[in-house]
Amino acid sequence: MTLLAGKVDEAQRRSAFRRWRANPSALLGTVIVGVIALTALVSLVWTPYGPLAIDTNHTLSAMSASHWLGTDEYGRDTLSRLMASCKITMYVGGLSVLFATAIGLPLGIWSAWNKGWVSQLILRAADVLYGFPALLAASLFAAAFGASTNTVVLAIGIAYIPVFVRVTRSAALVILNAEYVLAALAYGRRPFAIVRKHVLPGIGSIIVAQMSLLFSIAVLAESGLDYLGLGTAPPNSSWGTMLQSAQNYLSSDALLCLWPSLAIVLCVLGFSLLSEGVSELRDERGGR
Amino acid sequence: MSKGRGWFVVRRLGVVLSSLVAASMLVFVFLNVLPGSPAEVILGTQSTPASVAALTIQLGLNKPIWRQYLDWMGGLVNGNFGVSYISGQSIGHEIHQALLVTGPLVLLAMLIGLVIGVPLGLTGALYKGRWLGSVVGGLSQIGIAIPSVVAGILLTVGLSIKLHLFPSSGFPGWQDPWGSLRALVLPAFALGVVEGAILARYIRAAVMEQLRSDYLRTARSKGLRRSQALRRHGLRVAAIPVVTVLGLEIASLIVGAIVVENIFALPGVGMMLLNAVNNRDLIVVQDIAMVVVTAVLLINTLVDLSYQWLDPRLRGRR
Repeated sequence: MTLLAGKVDEAQRRSAFRRWRANPSALLGTVIVGVIALTALVSLVWTPYGPLAIDTNHTLSAMSASHWLGTDEYGRDTLSRLMASCKITMYVGGLSVLFATAIGLPLGIWSAWNKGWVSQLILRAADVLYGFPALLAASLFAAAFGASTNTVVLAIGIAYIPVFVRVTRSAALVILNAEYVLAALAYGRRPFAIVRKHVLPGIGSIIVAQMSLLFSIAVLAESGLDYLGLGTAPPNSSWGTMLQSAQNYLSSDALLCLWPSLAIVLCVLGFSLLSEGVSELRDERGGR
Repeated sequence: MSKGRGWFVVRRLGVVLSSLVAASMLVFVFLNVLPGSPAEVILGTQSTPASVAALTIQLGLNKPIWRQYLDWMGGLVNGNFGVSYISGQSIGHEIHQALLVTGPLVLLAMLIGLVIGVPLGLTGALYKGRWLGSVVGGLSQIGIAIPSVVAGILLTVGLSIKLHLFPSSGFPGWQDPWGSLRALVLPAFALGVVEGAILARYIRAAVMEQLRSDYLRTARSKGLRRSQALRRHGLRVAAIPVVTVLGLEIASLIVGAIVVENIFALPGVGMMLLNAVNNRDLIVVQDIAMVVVTAVLLINTLVDLSYQWLDPRLRGRR
């Protein structure tokens, strides 16, 4: 019996992998996200040069064998700074999405399960928060506490809570209205067990797709905030701050703007493709 | 049922109003629980305890916090936004001037987004599975991934620095309408391209859904060509989700304008907000935050209401 179950599991896993490989969005998204995550990890231990190392003899140098992507106005190696920025982006995107999920997911499930005044309050509060887009929230944080990488994380995280509450709630409502959940309730299963055994597995792929989508929007928001000086502060590098300083050299060294731009676009593309792939795979399996 | 529609609108407006009050409390408390008094910030290095105390009284900062909140809100409701701590100017007047830049910018961006998004979305749906459809799909996928910062800078390099077609920054003011419009074109493009890509995806999805529907098959079977059937029956239905997205996009355009105005040095609301944040001119931050929140929440409500109005199936339901 256990042997058979193991075989079934194995077969399911293999077919899941095959479908994954056959879906272009999922495959391409995974590859891009993988490359960026790997770059971020590598940058923790190694970059070609120190991302903050100033070299006044080689300022604004072109692409060369020693500096593959050239250097900026302080002679800092562009490739090293791009790599170090990956780390910041993964940190901001990952933490803000986790923050929003950790708060939004339970509130969403609660408000789908209960119809009382607490749920009403949750939904109303989500409506209010909806009026504070990430950029506005970050401006308020910066005005109050001064800008830093962590205020960006908080601002984006808070701005995404209402999105998660709504998405979780509507997905959970579908599951909670299904007959097998009704049967489980009639059977006497406790709410917590139903959430764990039915609701969470049922809405899992929707949540993962949403997390990936919000990660991609977080990258957009972060680059904008850093560009405006409302986030990660120089000399630390992020794609947004790199763009901001490169803007001064648009007419002479346009390539300086190109690299961080490409990095942002690639990263956003990767996460949005991944999100789309997860949704498509879910639809193929017939909604579970 | 007889009072259903009107009652729904009233109820919805009531909800928005209460949301706005809650949001204003959030903003006010958030910016006013901080240590350090605005009086010290204004006086800067020359402050003495006596001068700080005098200015504190003059600004009304010695009153209890709920009283300060009510004064602020009362002012907002009456159109009196207060006076900037830093410049000493009337904030209401400054916001009015800034809106004259941001408003046209957002409208122009929206227009550009529609001009790009509608044909792209329709093409994507009608040519699905053929190479043209794939190209359009890929283009809009990439378009979504381009942040307005990047679009703005790339446009500046291409059209302003290389070709000298448009100014790369600054705003002459509306007494020079032609120059002002020219100054808005690039920023509006930077905003509109991304919105267009997003719109294209929604339009494509909405039209594709209608193409699969039973009633369009009926229309085809009575002899209409696919494009005819779509024009006569499908587009109206497909427009419902698209209008919703369009409404939500206005909100994101307003936010995007904050970034783009700073790229192109346009004296709009976004630039005013950023300057206020950098100068810690808290009352200006507070006021602009409320302007943005009000705009976003009101648009959100209008979208909700328009949904009811556009989709006859939802009428009378709550």
